[in-house]
Amino acid sequence: MIKISLERRPTRIPLLGVISPLLALAITLTIGALMFAILGEPPLEALYVYFIEPVTEVWSIHELLIKATPLILIAVGLAVCFSSNNWNIGAEGQFIMGAIAGSALPVLLPDVTGPLVLPLMLIMGVAGGAAYATIPALLKARFHTNEILSSLMLVYVAQLFLDWIVRGPWRNPEGFNFPETRRFHADAILPEIASASGRAHLGFVFAIIAAIAIWFMMSRTMKGFEIRVLGQSPRAGRFAGFSHRKMVFFAFLLSGGLAGLAGISEVSGAIGQLRPTISPGYGFTAIIVAFLGRLNPLGIIAAGLILALSYLGGEAAQISLGVSNKVAAVFQGLILFSVLSCDTLINYKVKVTRTLSARSAQPGNAS
Amino acid sequence: MTNLLRVQQITKTFGPLKANDSVDLDVDEGEIHALLGENGAGKSTLVKMLFGSLQPDSGTISWRENAITIKNPSTARAFGIGMVHQHFSLFDSLTVAENIALSLDDVGQLKDIAAKAKQLGKTYGLELNPEALVGDLSVGERQRVEIIRCLLQRPDLIILDEPTSVLTPQEAERLFETLRLLQSEGKAILYISHRLDEVKSLCDRATILRHGKVVARCDPKKETAKSLAAMMVGSDVEDIERKSSTDMNSAKQSPVFAVQGLSQAPLGPFSIGLKEINIRLRAGEILGIAGVAGNGQSELFDALSGEETQAQPATIEIAGQSAGQLGPNGRRKLGAAFAPEERMGHAAVGNMPLSENVFLSRHASDASAYKGGGILGMIRQSALTKTLARIVTTMDVRKTGNDPAAATLSGGNLQKLVLGREFDRKPRVLIFNQPTWGVDAGAAARIRQTIIDAAQDGAAALVISQDLDELFEISTSIAVMHDGHLSAPINTDKATRNQIGLLMGGADIAAVGEAA
Amino acid sequence: MTATMIEAILLTTMTAATPLLLAALGELVVERSGVLNLGVEGMMIVGAVSGFAAAQLAGSAWAGVLFAPICGALFSLLFAFLTVTLATNQVATGLSLTLLGLGVSGMAGEAFIGLPGIKLEDISIPVLVDIPFVGEILFGQDPIFYIAMALLVGVNWFIFKTKPGLVLRSVGDNHVSAHALGINVARVRYLAIMFGGACAGLAGAHLSLVYTPQWVENMTAGRGWIALALVVFASWLPWRVLAGAYLFGGITILQFHAQAQGIAIPSQFLSALPYVATIVVLVLISANRRMTMKNTPAMLGRPFVPDT
Repeated sequence: MIKISLERRPTRIPLLGVISPLLALAITLTIGALMFAILGEPPLEALYVYFIEPVTEVWSIHELLIKATPLILIAVGLAVCFSSNNWNIGAEGQFIMGAIAGSALPVLLPDVTGPLVLPLMLIMGVAGGAAYATIPALLKARFHTNEILSSLMLVYVAQLFLDWIVRGPWRNPEGFNFPETRRFHADAILPEIASASGRAHLGFVFAIIAAIAIWFMMSRTMKGFEIRVLGQSPRAGRFAGFSHRKMVFFAFLLSGGLAGLAGISEVSGAIGQLRPTISPGYGFTAIIVAFLGRLNPLGIIAAGLILALSYLGGEAAQISLGVSNKVAAVFQGLILFSVLSCDTLINYKVKVTRTLSARSAQPGNAS
Repeated sequence: MTNLLRVQQITKTFGPLKANDSVDLDVDEGEIHALLGENGAGKSTLVKMLFGSLQPDSGTISWRENAITIKNPSTARAFGIGMVHQHFSLFDSLTVAENIALSLDDVGQLKDIAAKAKQLGKTYGLELNPEALVGDLSVGERQRVEIIRCLLQRPDLIILDEPTSVLTPQEAERLFETLRLLQSEGKAILYISHRLDEVKSLCDRATILRHGKVVARCDPKKETAKSLAAMMVGSDVEDIERKSSTDMNSAKQSPVFAVQGLSQAPLGPFSIGLKEINIRLRAGEILGIAGVAGNGQSELFDALSGEETQAQPATIEIAGQSAGQLGPNGRRKLGAAFAPEERMGHAAVGNMPLSENVFLSRHASDASAYKGGGILGMIRQSALTKTLARIVTTMDVRKTGNDPAAATLSGGNLQKLVLGREFDRKPRVLIFNQPTWGVDAGAAARIRQTIIDAAQDGAAALVISQDLDELFEISTSIAVMHDGHLSAPINTDKATRNQIGLLMGGADIAAVGEAA
Repeated sequence: MTATMIEAILLTTMTAATPLLLAALGELVVERSGVLNLGVEGMMIVGAVSGFAAAQLAGSAWAGVLFAPICGALFSLLFAFLTVTLATNQVATGLSLTLLGLGVSGMAGEAFIGLPGIKLEDISIPVLVDIPFVGEILFGQDPIFYIAMALLVGVNWFIFKTKPGLVLRSVGDNHVSAHALGINVARVRYLAIMFGGACAGLAGAHLSLVYTPQWVENMTAGRGWIALALVVFASWLPWRVLAGAYLFGGITILQFHAQAQGIAIPSQFLSALPYVATIVVLVLISANRRMTMKNTPAMLGRPFVPDT
């Protein structure tokens, strides 16, 4: 028998915080290589196609940034949530509601143009996401309702709502009955960063600003201290005079707002209209991003780029290798599993022992 | 007498710490053997190995002269070793009978177990109701469940880990009678304690541990409490100094801390409600609050600290200001300081460095010193580091590294930090719950002296403790908590242990007053 | 509404409720051991795809009934290894089990999209099925329905009437005490988690072999999450899970009937009904804080690392 036991480390080793995610990536790649081998693909070549090829050209780096934008925006918000022990897993729904709220302006009032349209849309997007996140926050703070389940249920509701609004009241009147809204006019489109070389839009700049701002808040300010105390020990938080209830609202509104911003940035930057499906599951993948970044906003920037790569790699693998693009989802799940396993190394020494069943005396024959 | 258990050269290490270092121990049939030592001396580690919860790194254990390996508690029970745990290994949501059934290897019907438990309880004077939920029982009743559960396994050796720490003096006396009865039936008892008086009156032999090593073996009846203490601690413990209580106490002063008719409904299924509590504390006074654990002390602490606020502002007054609706920081700003019973996870956050743990209770009361940057509220790390260094020096906090995580400190050192960060503020009102619980004797003496010194410098203190010796040592008056009620305070000079013990058991103060 | 129509509604309600009942029963046992496994949705979808695949390969739906719980249990081992052996955060690990399950099933099931399914045939219990009105509803059901009913009775008996059931409850109430008494906390939790996995796997197979006998990506559509909510709704008592499962089964079916009747509400709103109902029910249950606190296994979600 092999027995694995854990022993709490007496002191923290800061370096492990960096090694752990890297080790997790290495484990994921190894399992990935095995998986490709089983699928009958040459493993190294497949990994190259999956993880390297998508970033060998400038335009595809732009695509990478487009995919990373919503992941980073959502994940930095989730980092605040998870750090404060609020399990918002409904970011996908808040993303959708932000997108819908922000799109109201160009869809319903297409004749309103000018430089104010875009800022207004962004504000409405943030407000829409935050408002939708208020529901699970309110239910948690007021009725102690489990926020994991309530926020998740609201994702399904949001998806159905988007489906209805795009097929019903907001359908493009000149769109030959296609389930989509009218295309946004030029003033409602988020500008590209460097339009000469690719499609990446301003949303990525928002993501970087948000990550840096939240990093500053978490590590240097009173609010960040409050978040960390309440997250690690609600009891100590109360002793410090912090309000658990206010924190529930703060965390949900902040993460909901950022998810909403991600949503409106995606439709106004990358898509240009509302469709029945506007996200390949960014809200869920962002959970993985948050953990891979170890809930550190700067780490999340790197993690967001890596997970964005998994989407691009999935598409590339489908085209060049004929492998299902579902491989992306498998990779994402594997990454999270590896990250969580490796995090154990930060707090514990893992001891593997072989146990031999030998006893010197049996109860009963000794007495 | 024949030898029952022999431990030879047992060693157990946890990381860098040698919890047990070549420990020898002999227990004979029919004796009550004391295992003495301070917190952290290695007593619990040793008995966990005897009960199979831990495995020794090296050394041998013999049972009736045969070398044995105690793989797990189930093997220990099969050999005939029973244990009554200090932190009871009971299950709140299960009934008494179910709790007992869990530790029996051959289970019959729950009904039979209940009947047997009842019978056994009668024999040894430990009555209990098998159908009751353990979560609803008092601490004393829980201990009875533990003992009955242990006796049902018909053990030859019974290990009791700090059994009286949660009992009233009267309950403890009843326990001693049960133990003597068991002894007369030829059973051996390994009795772990740091209470020297009871060890002297009860035990035949004593083995004394210090820093994981056996430092002495003796007949406790031939020693004095002072000589036993010296063996435990390794040096003489300094006596506490204080001026006579009369010159600290001036009845004309108005109280700096007052509680008026504080009542509070139970907050959870196993929580205690508070009933009409009144407290008046003047500068220089130290009010000790005695009571058996679980009679509402932690609820009282939370209500006083502002973690639970009151509906009426006037229910709590600090320095003449109404504070009933204020949270902890509002009360701190009026000059109150708090230290809860639970250090890790309540007073401090384990994963955070010490400097942030200093900030934890002082970010509002000392906002100007530690916060800057306007609405951003940036934390002034350098100011915190300075304060930490000051606390570490004055309270003699032992730590590794500059600003390590709180979890790396030993319980005693963390407590010195938790109290030190409050003393450092020079507060007017101190409210401490179990300030020396689990702290070694030297540090405990230092903490008690600091509380007395603070009172002599004009602070008022309220100390909740289950250690009666401590309360008699430091308090100017003692009140007793029972079932959410707080008795009127009794001047310590006039109070007797018997009187306080009766109050802890729920007696009426008028009746006790007459008895005393 | 005619009697036959009511009968039809009840019959379909029972069918819609079976996967919820199964998955929730399994999760109830897991949570009774003090472990919160948010991977129900993932284990269920793995069960759905593996059940469908086995049925296709063997040419018999029964192969799926056998294979799906095995796959569900094996898949849950991954969660058990992380949360029990490596003491990882149960919420995050459960989530990752769901994400991985959705990914793996999507990949494995790609070959099956559009294939005609093999339906697990109903078994009518002779004589009893002829009882008017209730006969068809209770005794003319699919085999997994009967398994679910047997499991309900069995789980209830196990938890409250057996020593291993007592051990399970003790571990969920206080793992430190249980460990001190010599109970192998890790083993109890491994077994409970695998039982939960097997139940969720079978629940998934019910979807792909009975409810809609075909493979559709993400066909669990949040049922795993509803099952999790059901456990809270049931206050960790097996019989109440039954009540909850039928409540939700009923809501799902009513929504279909309403759509069929051409009621002038957009279909998306009706489809959202079960999710909204879940939230409403959760709020109603959790608002009674004292009761939930008393019934919640005290160790729920807390990792246990014994001293060595």
